[in-house]
Amino acid sequence: MKHVITALVENQPGVLARIVGLISGRGFNIESLNVAPTHDPTVSRMTMTVPGDDRVLEQVTKQLNKLVDVIKVTDLTKRRYLNRELVLVEVAAPAGKRAEIAELAELFEGKVVAVQARSLTVQMVGEQERIEDFLRLLKPFRVLALSRSGVIAVARADEAPAGSNAK
Amino acid sequence: MRTGAQCVIDGLRDAGVDTLFGIPGGVVLDIFAAMYHSPLKFILTRHEQGATHMADGYARATGRVGCCLVTSGPGATNTVTGLATASMDGVPLVCITGQVMSSMIGNDAFQEADTMGITRAVTKHNYLVKSADDLPRIIAEAFYIASTGKPGPVVIDLPKDVQRAATAAVFDGKVNIRGYKPAVEGHPRQIVKLARAINRAKRPLLYAGGGAVAGDAAAELTALARKAAIPVTTTLMGLGAFPETDPLALRMLGMHGTVAANHAVSACDLLISIGARFDDRVTGKISEFAPRALKAHVDIDPSAIDKNVAADIPVVGHVKHVLRGLLDLVEPVERREWLAQVSDWQKTYPLTYDRNSAELLPQYVIEQIYEVTGGDAVIVTDVGQHQMWAAHFFKYTRPRTFLSSGGLGTMGYGLPAAIGAQAGLGSGRTVVTISGDGSIQMNFQELVVAVEHKLPVKAVILNNGHLGMVRQWQEMFYNREYSGSVLSQPGGAPYLPDFVKLAEAHGALGLRVTSRQQVAPALRKAIETDRPAVVECVVKPNENVYPMVPPGASLTEMIHSLA
Ligand SMILES: Cc1ncc(C[n+]2csc(CCOP(=O)(O)OP(=O)(O)O)c2C)c(N)n1
Repeated sequence: MKHVITALVENQPGVLARIVGLISGRGFNIESLNVAPTHDPTVSRMTMTVPGDDRVLEQVTKQLNKLVDVIKVTDLTKRRYLNRELVLVEVAAPAGKRAEIAELAELFEGKVVAVQARSLTVQMVGEQERIEDFLRLLKPFRVLALSRSGVIAVARADEAPAGSNAK
Repeated sequence: MRTGAQCVIDGLRDAGVDTLFGIPGGVVLDIFAAMYHSPLKFILTRHEQGATHMADGYARATGRVGCCLVTSGPGATNTVTGLATASMDGVPLVCITGQVMSSMIGNDAFQEADTMGITRAVTKHNYLVKSADDLPRIIAEAFYIASTGKPGPVVIDLPKDVQRAATAAVFDGKVNIRGYKPAVEGHPRQIVKLARAINRAKRPLLYAGGGAVAGDAAAELTALARKAAIPVTTTLMGLGAFPETDPLALRMLGMHGTVAANHAVSACDLLISIGARFDDRVTGKISEFAPRALKAHVDIDPSAIDKNVAADIPVVGHVKHVLRGLLDLVEPVERREWLAQVSDWQKTYPLTYDRNSAELLPQYVIEQIYEVTGGDAVIVTDVGQHQMWAAHFFKYTRPRTFLSSGGLGTMGYGLPAAIGAQAGLGSGRTVVTISGDGSIQMNFQELVVAVEHKLPVKAVILNNGHLGMVRQWQEMFYNREYSGSVLSQPGGAPYLPDFVKLAEAHGALGLRVTSRQQVAPALRKAIETDRPAVVECVVKPNENVYPMVPPGASLTEMIHSLA
């Protein structure tokens, strides 16, 4: 199962290497990774998606928590959380296909951000699942380049565990 | 204003450091210059690996933080094995490594190594100091991190320009690291739950590891075991946490554990782990480990819990606090049936060997060390068969009297660790390192340090002409094909090296024994002299350690001999 792990860490050199080393040293692949400072400039938030077995990832989360530079780690997978990703995708767009692509982008609240002679570049922001859907539908048009920001996520403040009926 | 180098020396003094182990080099000369005018005792080792093991032996024997100081590049890379050894066994060390000038880092400067990158995986934490202003705080933090929670080694990598820079910074506050708040008090509800389980259990068993020693919890462990009539087994790292002369002591469990301990694990209905980590050398086949037991796991390190074995009653906290809590809550009981069963195993299957053998057997030598010292010695081992025999045939009654590389299994640990232990304890204590002819050669050069500093360690070498533990595995599991495990070729020079001459060349007393009658007199002579001494015991070349649980087998499948 794919885990979305978020960590608040000291905004300092070496911290990223330590975290990535701990995860990759155990043979896990970090599928996406995003790091940036929070409202407190001395603290950064990292969001990672890591596929792997639940029990093993629980162990990884505990090990991450043990790192001195890591302030707090949460595996969001079992909680309510918000996630977003940004993609920039360049699609082959011969004259006859342009309208179709633009329409598809619009359906996904995406935006054509650059128009080239034989291609369009589309920007889209959304939940991970919607991004996947969009990219799947784009495929037949031939994707020339794709850049994804990696997922960013935050836990929902009202902290109700997933599946509970709390209002 | 102070220089960075002066901040280092002051910081060490404030942390209570009295002794430092290491070797100088170009980029740490400023620290050495500042040290020259300080009361710190510097012990110049002959290899940086030796320095880290000495600091480690010092720390394990005294409970204080061990400290070393080395140069950049090769000085730093030579510490890696010692740091990894300390890291695996949770030993508090602070290791200061010099680094090239900040402006040269990353340029492949002379004697530059990426010490941060290289030591990241073998330390609890490491620092690259960018400004002398941070130095006083970093030194205080390093000692705090090394010695709290699950202890471990911390590296401070210190560029030369930072040592030379002037700063007005001081650190007098309390260390406060927002990402590092080790739990101390165990959760009261979990402690009550565990106490209830103990009161309900018919066949409880305490399983104590290195955490019981590191957490100074031997007295509490002993009190709990006696009050609630619970037999105790320890890991290699836990030896000394419970007196092995007590009838409740089942002694070591695991691959080379006693029959009583391994049977008790398999039969118990409640297994209470105190600062142990369910290592594979202890559990054997994990699915068949303590199959009938509710498992309680007390550990200061939350990540130790559920790592190898799922805990039914996890208690995160300092073992000493948790044991105190339990002690108030458990009821005094007798458990006659369970104790009778356990004592039956102990009587039927004692640790033993062929006491009538005409050849000198290694186990006999260890028993004689126990006799001659009256059991009052700090035993430090290397890694191999002799390590297991040292665990079997000497009885440990006090914590911090058995020092061994349990987690990493580092050959070459013994002699330098013994020197460090002796430096920490003073020359009044008897410190004996029990080693093999393989292991001792890995750091023999450090004997000079013992001689120079009048640290009268005694090194007993069980010379079987082989990398004995490897030979044993090859005999048992690899068709008796002794590939790469023979140290003394048949027909070769009789003593290669000649350990007696080698000892003498290093300025120590050297003795050789080849028969039973010679053992006790030689040991006495070695212990009576105030010099370091080496006693080479030429023992049977192919004796094996028993019992043995084959790797991956269940603890009940013990091999007692090859016959
Ligand atoms: C640094 C290191 N290298 C290799 C090993 C693998 N190893 C484990 S035990 C052993 C043999 C040890 O031989 P010796 O010190 O003579 O002790 P004996 O087993 O004969 O008592 C070896 C090579 C190790 N533990 N450490």
